[in-house]
Amino acid sequence: MKKRPGLASLGAVYRRELLAYVTTPTAYVFVAVFLFSIGLFTFQIGGFFETRRADLTPFFAFHPWIFMVFLPAVSMRLWAEESRSGAIELLMTLPAPTWSLVLGKFLAAWTIAGAALVMTVPLWATVNALGSPDNAAIFTAYLASLLMAGAYIAIGSVMSSITQAQIVAFVLAVLVSFLLTALGLPLVLDFFSGFVSGGIGEGIARFSILHHFDAAQRGVVEFRSVFYFVSLIALCLGFTALAVDARRGG
Amino acid sequence: MLLQVDGLRKTFGRRVAVDGIGFALDVGEIVGFLGPNGAGKTTTMRMIAGYLEPDEGVAKVFNIDVAQDRRRAQERVGYLPEGAPLYGEMTPWSFLRFVAETRGMSREAARHAVRRAAQDARLGDTIDRPIETLSKGYRRRVGLAAALLHDPMLLILDEPTDGLDPNQRHAVRDLIKRLGEERGLIISTHSLEEVEAVCTRAIVIDQGRIVADKTPAALKEEHGSLERAFAALTRGEERV
Repeated sequence: MKKRPGLASLGAVYRRELLAYVTTPTAYVFVAVFLFSIGLFTFQIGGFFETRRADLTPFFAFHPWIFMVFLPAVSMRLWAEESRSGAIELLMTLPAPTWSLVLGKFLAAWTIAGAALVMTVPLWATVNALGSPDNAAIFTAYLASLLMAGAYIAIGSVMSSITQAQIVAFVLAVLVSFLLTALGLPLVLDFFSGFVSGGIGEGIARFSILHHFDAAQRGVVEFRSVFYFVSLIALCLGFTALAVDARRGG
Repeated sequence: MLLQVDGLRKTFGRRVAVDGIGFALDVGEIVGFLGPNGAGKTTTMRMIAGYLEPDEGVAKVFNIDVAQDRRRAQERVGYLPEGAPLYGEMTPWSFLRFVAETRGMSREAARHAVRRAAQDARLGDTIDRPIETLSKGYRRRVGLAAALLHDPMLLILDEPTDGLDPNQRHAVRDLIKRLGEERGLIISTHSLEEVEAVCTRAIVIDQGRIVADKTPAALKEEHGSLERAFAALTRGEERV
């Protein structure tokens, strides 16, 4: 009895990829570094206790900045390692549609990001012990953060598909992630407003990750932000599939 | 006809890797690809396996055009890539399960197929050890088992005995001969002795073209020995 070919290979690739993450030490190191740095930022720089408010704003505010370094490190091996080891030849001579390979790998890396986020839940519990925060807003912010993490991983997936060197994939992904995030900063906007009119500068800001995470981290769901992240993920995975398929051209 | 190849051509930049290769293969044939390094053997095999798309020409597996209907053709081919790349952190068992499930087999069918292929490739008790700890010979057998999983009629094995010790080579050759009885096989090799031992037909490739397509016995008769045939028919990189 055969399953639908695309879904079967998606599941197989997802399980293999996840297994590769949990059987090698790298994922544990990355998650530990992530938890450490998010703690450091939240308490030391964000002034978690000094705000004297029972919410997680100082925590979520740092997510884009930490994700942009942490997630490229998680996604860098997705395709680059396959090319380096030659295993990509094995993968691409199996009768599986390219999209199922791309999506399976992406979902596995996203799961690692999700697991890292879940491990910050004690912080949420702490806030509840200290006061009475808006738990619905915090839950929404968590979902938005997860969606944003998907976007960073999708960017990392594209970069990993165009090189054999994981470190190159990492550097490129950090660079692109930084640009897409920082587009919304006043610093960058001021730079643009020097030679384009204010309207265009604001238009550019609308394409930044920061802009779309801004409302969400306060617990406000905006449809256009959800749409933005979902489209960014779809676009990047589409590019990944094109880059992977382009190998057949030689 | 198991495989029909016509006018295959592939260039990488300005270098012509394969320049109009054509041949046909039927059940019961074990074809040996012979030729110097860089002659186009691997590129030809990659095009038949659907890893590379030809610039010109067609490869048809059971009359299915590999470039047009890649996945349907790939369902019917077992392929061992050069050097047998594997995932080192997996065990042969989990690796073969992965390949079977990616091929769309149900869990039950995959379990069954893995058991059979592991037995055919004589994996023995290495099945539960991480692949990166296995000897080269066993890794090659894992790659072979992966190619055999779905019991394909057409097998394409790129240097299946390269880097193996004489005992391992002997075991793989026996397996190839056994498989060739009711299937079609293409193997590439640098060992002329291997061609004589297992192949029913030798295709000599030089600079992207077929320069001879005969039985090993006919080649021997014509040139005195396979070594002399190889030297006379191919120029190789050193002598260009």
